[in-house]
This record gives sequence, structure tokens and C-alpha cells, in this order.
Amino acid sequence: MNKKTPWYNRIYRVEKQTLVLFQVLRIPLTSKVREAFSGYAFISIWLIGFLFLTAIPLVESLIYSFNRITIVGGEGIQLIDVGWQNFITILTNDLTFIEQVQQFIWEMIIYVPVIIILAMVIAILLNRPFKFRGFFRAIFFLPVIITSGPVVTELLRQGAGTIPSLSESGFLTIIESIFPSFLAQPLVELFTELIFILWFSGVQVVLFLAGLQKMDQSMYEAAQMDGANGWETFWKITLPSLKNIIFVSAIYTIVTLATFSNNPIIAYIRIAMFEGAKGYGYASALAWLYFLVIALLLLGTSLLLNPKEKRIKERKTYQGFQR
Amino acid sequence: MKPFNIQSFWNAKRKRKWLGLKFSDGLLFKWILYALLIVIGFVYIYPLIHMVSYSLKTLEDLLDPSIQYLPSSLYLQNFIDAYITLDFMNTLGETLLVTLIPALFQTLVASLIGYGFARFEFPFKKLLFVLVLATYIIPPQVTMIPRYVLFFNLGILESIWAIIVPATLGQGLFSAIFILIFYQFYRMIPKVIDEAAQIDGASRWTIYTTIAIPLSLPSFLTSFLFSFVWYWNETYLNRLFLGGGGETLLLRLLNFASAFNNLMGGDYANEAIRMAATLLIILPLLLMYVVLQRLFIEGIDRSGITGE
Repeated sequence: MNKKTPWYNRIYRVEKQTLVLFQVLRIPLTSKVREAFSGYAFISIWLIGFLFLTAIPLVESLIYSFNRITIVGGEGIQLIDVGWQNFITILTNDLTFIEQVQQFIWEMIIYVPVIIILAMVIAILLNRPFKFRGFFRAIFFLPVIITSGPVVTELLRQGAGTIPSLSESGFLTIIESIFPSFLAQPLVELFTELIFILWFSGVQVVLFLAGLQKMDQSMYEAAQMDGANGWETFWKITLPSLKNIIFVSAIYTIVTLATFSNNPIIAYIRIAMFEGAKGYGYASALAWLYFLVIALLLLGTSLLLNPKEKRIKERKTYQGFQR
Repeated sequence: MKPFNIQSFWNAKRKRKWLGLKFSDGLLFKWILYALLIVIGFVYIYPLIHMVSYSLKTLEDLLDPSIQYLPSSLYLQNFIDAYITLDFMNTLGETLLVTLIPALFQTLVASLIGYGFARFEFPFKKLLFVLVLATYIIPPQVTMIPRYVLFFNLGILESIWAIIVPATLGQGLFSAIFILIFYQFYRMIPKVIDEAAQIDGASRWTIYTTIAIPLSLPSFLTSFLFSFVWYWNETYLNRLFLGGGGETLLLRLLNFASAFNNLMGGDYANEAIRMAATLLIILPLLLMYVVLQRLFIEGIDRSGITGE
């Protein structure tokens, strides 16, 4: 008597080291193929998520951005093709957005180097052997745990974002009078929010510290033998070997600042979403323009900082496993 | 009395002690180092000091210009008012719910995905991995509107599922970072272990559950902690996707003033009460950090992100 075959055999079955899909497609099951299937099985959940929650939404929001969207009760959303109208309106008429983007770009140009240099300085200080190292390290990392939009807003409202003497000394008015206005505003903001900008350096400090600790001490000894002083060894040895980490930190800083919930641009996008005259289409166009700005900033950063030489992977992997 | 002689005072022994052999190992250097660290450290925690000091002030203390940091008495009414306005215990429970569950799922899934990328060779692997990293760079604002529509159509908008679903499919908050953490870790495990297990007849899944997971428990812990903290501090997407369906502590802080106004019969929430509320909200995180501080920092060290 014929053994009953399960229903799924029509879709797939294994016959003598061959996978048969849909009765027609025959794939020999070499170990390579098996491995590929296992690999895809492991990442399948990501593939599904990426497809439905990132790739398709990405395309959809691009489509939205060329449409006017109205929400009809019961029928969901309705799209009316308006061509480039949303983008034209934003670029010619939406002064709030343009101004915010301009300010954002200036802020990035000023904040990112400040954060990275500070993180590096703190890491270099922390890298020396002294008592309470763990304590100080914990303090510099603390902001990573507690920084959030509403908390920063509350503290900024009370002027806790800066050291009191800085604002009382008239330092800020001096800045305002010296620099041209497009620079003065981000600079004043830099000092009034100084502490919260520093608060964004916690992860970077730890990254730099890890980088410093992985460095080969014998290089410093050799440099010392050759008569190099601390200043020279910093520029010639420390900095070049931190190149990778500077790059990673810069990217991390930009992405974190760009998506931080206090960022006025993203708040503006959400408000536009629910505003009658603007709606989802206009908000999508805003989001895409914002994405473009971030992408350009990241591109600029990688052109500026991208480490050229490839690191020696084998050795690091080995050391990592030893730990 | 012997006249003070700078030369004999500043003798070789003292000089050695203060300046060291090459300055950077002397005592003077050490003092400068401490001073610098204390100053920078003070700047870092200044907002916290401000918060604690203000939260203890009475209305009179707030108005009195002579009182700057030290309140005149230990006044705890602000905390009680803030506690009631925030509906602290209930909100805390809800916050934990919408924070712990996504964090847990995100971590588990990131481990699976990271393992897939680290241990297997398959076509388009490089391309797909670049896409994983790309999801980190794409701002959530670009995808949130279609997601919003999608969740609305699925009927999961304004419920915790709107947060859980992306987290479970590897598209949650900074999911790419967690995938990268696991990817880096799993790549370090020598392949021979897998091969030995395979010869003994273990399937890929068995190898993952019995060898890889136990080895990567520290990575699980790191990822979970960071995921938890980031979900806790997230307000932008939570506000959009949870809407009226959920109230986290931080979302309540956003509307604190009006909530206080309603609850306290038109009273105005002064600075002290607002600071007390802020302090109450970060308190759970602070307590956790005090206990698990080392895990957070060493987690980053271990994650191997530094090498990327």
C-alpha cells in the first residue's frame, strides 16, 4: 500500500541529497547549499522585518512624498499625485524647515568635533593608572543612561545646561557680537547647552578608552628610546591608531544627535504629519529631505575621516577570543 | 633659624617625587590629572546636582535669592506631589512593560541574526549585511509614516504591539547595533568547535542553542541592558505609536505641567516640583546604573564595536 505523503511534500521534499521544490526545481544538497539555507533560516526574521518594515515603507514614503494624502474615513488613505509640488513648496516656502536644517548642519559641524575631541581627552586622562579610575569612568558614562528628550528639556528650561558663571560673565554676548550671526547662534547654543552636548560623549569615551588600551605599549617605548616627547608620540602614534575609532564615533555622534527626540526638525516632521494643510505626503517629503541632509553629512564625514589602511583582522580576533 | 634656601629645599629627592623621571610619573602630574578629572566630572553631573538641590526646595527657598544650592530644610513634599501627579507606580509598571518586552525580543532576535551573518556563508551575504548597517543610518522619520499607516491597518496602533513588532523583526530601536554586537562576538568563536559538534551529529540549531548561546551570555546581557535603556529613554516614536494607548514615565513628564495643573486644582507646577518629577523618573535608571555600572561599560569594551 502506498504510504501517505504529507501535504508539504508538494512544496518541498528531500530525495537522495536533492531538494525538490514545487515538484520541479531540483537543487543538489551539497554542504555549501545546506549552509546557505541554514544562514538564510537564521536571518529570515530580519529579512521579513527589513522587507515589510524598512524596504517597503521606504518606497512607500517616497511615493507619499510625491502625493497629497487625505484620510477618508473607512477607506484609509487617498493619494493625489502632485509631482514635485511638496518638495518645491518646502524648498521655496517652508522657511522654518530650511532654517532648522541650516542650523542643524552648523550644529553638527561644531558639535561633532567638540564631542569627539572631548571624549578623546577624557579617555586619555582615564587611561592613566590612578585611584578611583572606575569611579570617574562611571561618571562620564552616566549620561548615556539618563539622557532623554524630556529630561534634557526640563533641565534646560531651568538653565542647568551650562555652568552658571559662563552665562553670568557676559561671555555669550561677546560671542554674539564677534561672530557673524549664522555662526553665533550655534555657538551661543553650544555654550548654553554645553553640558548636554558633553552628555552625548559617554559612549565615545568608552570607545576611545578601549582603543587606547588595545594599543601596543612597545611602540611607545620605542618612540621614547628614539627621544620622542609626549606631544610627538600623541600626534605620531596615538592619534593615527585611533583613526578607526574617531570615524566610528563621528558616525555614532551624528546619528544619535540627528534622531534625538529634542531635535526640532524631527518634531517639525511629526507636527506636519498631523497638520491639515500638510499631511503625510508633505511630512514624507520633509523626512526624505532630512534623510538626504544626514546622508550628505555622513558622506562628508567618511570622506574626511575614513581610515584608509585596513586593520590586521586576524590578530585582533585572536586577542578578543583570548579574553 | 636656618635661612630658607630654595636650592636645598628643592633637592633631588623632592624633585623626583613631584616631577618624576619624565614628569608624567610625578606627583604634580597626578594632582593635575585629578584636578582636571574632578572639574570635568563636576561639569558632567552639574545638572544632577541642580536637580537634587532644586527638588528639595520649598516655594520660599525658590524665591529667596540667598539660597542657591543648599535648601533651608529637608522638604519632601515636592516628591509626594510629583509622585501623585505622575501616578508613579502605575506608570512605572506600564513603562517597564513597553520597555522590557521589546528589549528582550530585540536582544534575542539580534542574537539569531548576528549568528546567521557570522557563522554561515550564503549568497548576497555582504549586500545584506550592508543593508543591516544601513538601517542604522536611515532616520526613523523616513519609515515611520508608512509604518504608522501599516500599524493602523493591522489594528495594532496605540498598543504595545506597535513597539514589539519592529523589535521582534530586527527593525527596532538601533537594532543594527545589537546585531553588530552579536556578529562581532560570534565571529570570534573558532569554527572547529562547530565542526566537532557537527561530526557528533549536532544540527545547526543545536550548535547555536547549546554552544553559541552559553558562550555569548555576556553579549546578551549588554545588549539587553542597552536596549532597555534606549527604549526607556525613547519618546519620539513611543509618542507616535503608543499615542493614548500607553503612558510611559517620560511621556508623562512631557505633559507634566498641565497634568499637575488639573490634579492640584489649578496650582502651578513650580521648578522644584518639576525637578522632583524629573528626578523620580530617572531614579529607576540611576539605581540600576549604580548596581550594574560595570556591566554597561565593560559591555561596550567586549562588544568589539571599537574594531569596526
